Amino acid sequence: MKVALFATCLVDTLTPSVAHATASLLQRLGHEVVVPTGQACCGQMHVNTGYRREAVGIVANHVRAFAGAEAIVAPSGSCVASVHHQQADVARRAGDEELARAAEELAGRTYELSQFLVDVLGVTDVGAYYPHRVTYHPTCHSLRLLKVGDRPYQLLRAVRGLELVELPGAEQCCGFGGTFAVKNADTSTAMLTDKMANVLSTHAEVCTAGDASCLLHIGGGLSRLRAGTRTVHLAEILASTEEAVSPQQSTEPSLSHPTTPTVTA
Amino acid sequence: MTATVPPKAPTFLGLPTAPRGVGHLRGDQSFPDAARGALRDGQLRANLGHATSTIRGKRARVVAEVPDWEQLRAAGKALKAATMARLDEHLEELERQVTARGGVVHWARDANEANEIVTRLVLATGAPEVVKVKSMATQEIGLNEALEAAGLDVFETDLAELIVQLGEDQPSHILVPAIHKNRAEIRAIFARTIPGVDPGLTDDPRRLAMAARQHLRERFLRARVAVSGANFAVAETGTLTVVESEGNGRMCLTLPETLITVMGIEKVVPTWRDLEVFLQLLPRSSTGERMNPYTSTWAGVTPGDGPQEFHLVLLDNGRTAVLADEVGREALHCIRCSACLNVCPVYERTGGHSYGSVYPGPIGAILSPQLTGVEDNASLPYASSLCGACFEVCPVAIDIPSILVHLRAEHVEAQQKPTAEGVAFAALARAMSHPRLWHLAQRAAGLGRLVSRGRPTLPNALPPPVSGWTRSRDLPTPPARTFVQQWTEEHGK
Repeated sequence: MKVALFATCLVDTLTPSVAHATASLLQRLGHEVVVPTGQACCGQMHVNTGYRREAVGIVANHVRAFAGAEAIVAPSGSCVASVHHQQADVARRAGDEELARAAEELAGRTYELSQFLVDVLGVTDVGAYYPHRVTYHPTCHSLRLLKVGDRPYQLLRAVRGLELVELPGAEQCCGFGGTFAVKNADTSTAMLTDKMANVLSTHAEVCTAGDASCLLHIGGGLSRLRAGTRTVHLAEILASTEEAVSPQQSTEPSLSHPTTPTVTA
Repeated sequence: MTATVPPKAPTFLGLPTAPRGVGHLRGDQSFPDAARGALRDGQLRANLGHATSTIRGKRARVVAEVPDWEQLRAAGKALKAATMARLDEHLEELERQVTARGGVVHWARDANEANEIVTRLVLATGAPEVVKVKSMATQEIGLNEALEAAGLDVFETDLAELIVQLGEDQPSHILVPAIHKNRAEIRAIFARTIPGVDPGLTDDPRRLAMAARQHLRERFLRARVAVSGANFAVAETGTLTVVESEGNGRMCLTLPETLITVMGIEKVVPTWRDLEVFLQLLPRSSTGERMNPYTSTWAGVTPGDGPQEFHLVLLDNGRTAVLADEVGREALHCIRCSACLNVCPVYERTGGHSYGSVYPGPIGAILSPQLTGVEDNASLPYASSLCGACFEVCPVAIDIPSILVHLRAEHVEAQQKPTAEGVAFAALARAMSHPRLWHLAQRAAGLGRLVSRGRPTLPNALPPPVSGWTRSRDLPTPPARTFVQQWTEEHGK
């Protein structure tokens, strides 16, 4: 299958390793990956902050960038949920019915990574090797808007060497919430503190999730505490193999290898 | 109360919203400011964490045992939507039926009118005091203050409302108004305020309940006037319904000579049979019980049995304005169960007072700004991480996150002058709409790595609004090149 990769604005700009991992995983599974260069953002941050009128142009750009793609995959539950639940509404409210229909049509071909692997490709064992103790945080939008259910767990359980430990209070929000993290920084931090306490109670080496945004938040808090637990995106774990496993893999880019994909196909 | 603001009536689409200067729908601080203080109260955090996690667990257990819960939710939502679509007709039918059964119906445009009506009715009886059934509508309009200003004594009889009243406090939860207090704190309030209380009072819940009972029983027996709210009103029979746990409500509803019920206009249901759905949804969602202990229903007056004078005050106070918003009107479907408060990670940490309104939590964050007009409560729609836990548990499936997002847009679009945030978001939107501009913007963001001077994270002290992030979280140093750039260099276009 020819898969168009939607990196998402955040991964593209701040954590390219997550997109590289997504691409190399899909290539390893025998699929062709294309990266449309016109892609920017799904518009979620604008819509969720109240700028739905300003988001129309962003939606139009997204629809333009991915027009004609057979399947679109993004390493984010939140951005895919926005494509599914917000983009057409934003266009329709602005009176652009043509754009709304195009967005709906595109949403029908847009998948979050774990859903694409399990539902479309029908794989749970992607042949990954990741010899670490890992706990999984189900992000709110993947859980409640996309209803990915146990798909990420199925994928993680099939990873060789990986010890999966249950996260207490897993389904409680980490406190990220987009601009909420800044507008209500104190409340967001209080939520983060409780999430980190639960993560640390598992004694996991790695906290993973399907959204780089939530991991930026959890990882930013853990890093500030100088905690030993690091955050790694689900795509990076699934992309790891015996040949290419790196304990440095992180959603936080390091200056030492900013341009080299941490995992190569 | 915001007495400094001139009581000019704001409007939405030309319809009046709840007036300023009366009632409890507006706080004196924005949500982030109020929350900052609450978050530092360790005792509050402990009390709330304990109470909400207990009630969450109870609710989850009793909901899981109902095989057709999802169908019940869908039925509740459909009944509410159908009722709201013809609200005027149902209310007029309710008025006819209540009147036919000997009750008197009053229409109150807003809090001021409702307070004036109730005060006049109480004064006409000559009674010096009233007993009250727990009621959100009367808290919303500040009825107690209005009655007290007219020289009347007002006694809350719900145990938690009594604790709040005696402690000269404000309710912090729709269902359990004293959720922010633990039993040691309640003991201290009782010991300080209840006349003649046992000096050896302990914090044993049973002893506390006995002390409250003794205090209240005297007031029930001498009360001549009671004021209540209503959970439901059945239009076809003119029946009012109050759902409660303690029986104190039933005392108020049956013992006094005069009963005055203040009810938001959205509480009407067309038929008696509709209660079948809501009386299953409500107790399981609110207290986590299969059935609530006391469900009182009455229609008009019955000679020789119960109150001989019954008044129903139908309250608008901004509800028609809410009904006019085709996205936001779903907020009127709320049956005040407070399941959304109990699952909300924001509410659990900040408590109810941070919302500045008698309606806290997720439902409050969509209801209060609509009742007052969004600019009077502009920080509330942002008091959510949009995690969606509220929508998941709502017994009438109100899509709270979508309404929050809608109200944020209403706020942004209500700005007359450009704001710094608005300018920034417009510029970013422009960049994100044009790939070439976007790549330039990303390159500019990448320059942030220069302030890191080789470190893996940016400095902690950065100017606002980034400081909101970096005060408590590290921000990784952005890479020199974006993923799309790297990919294009390696693979070509």
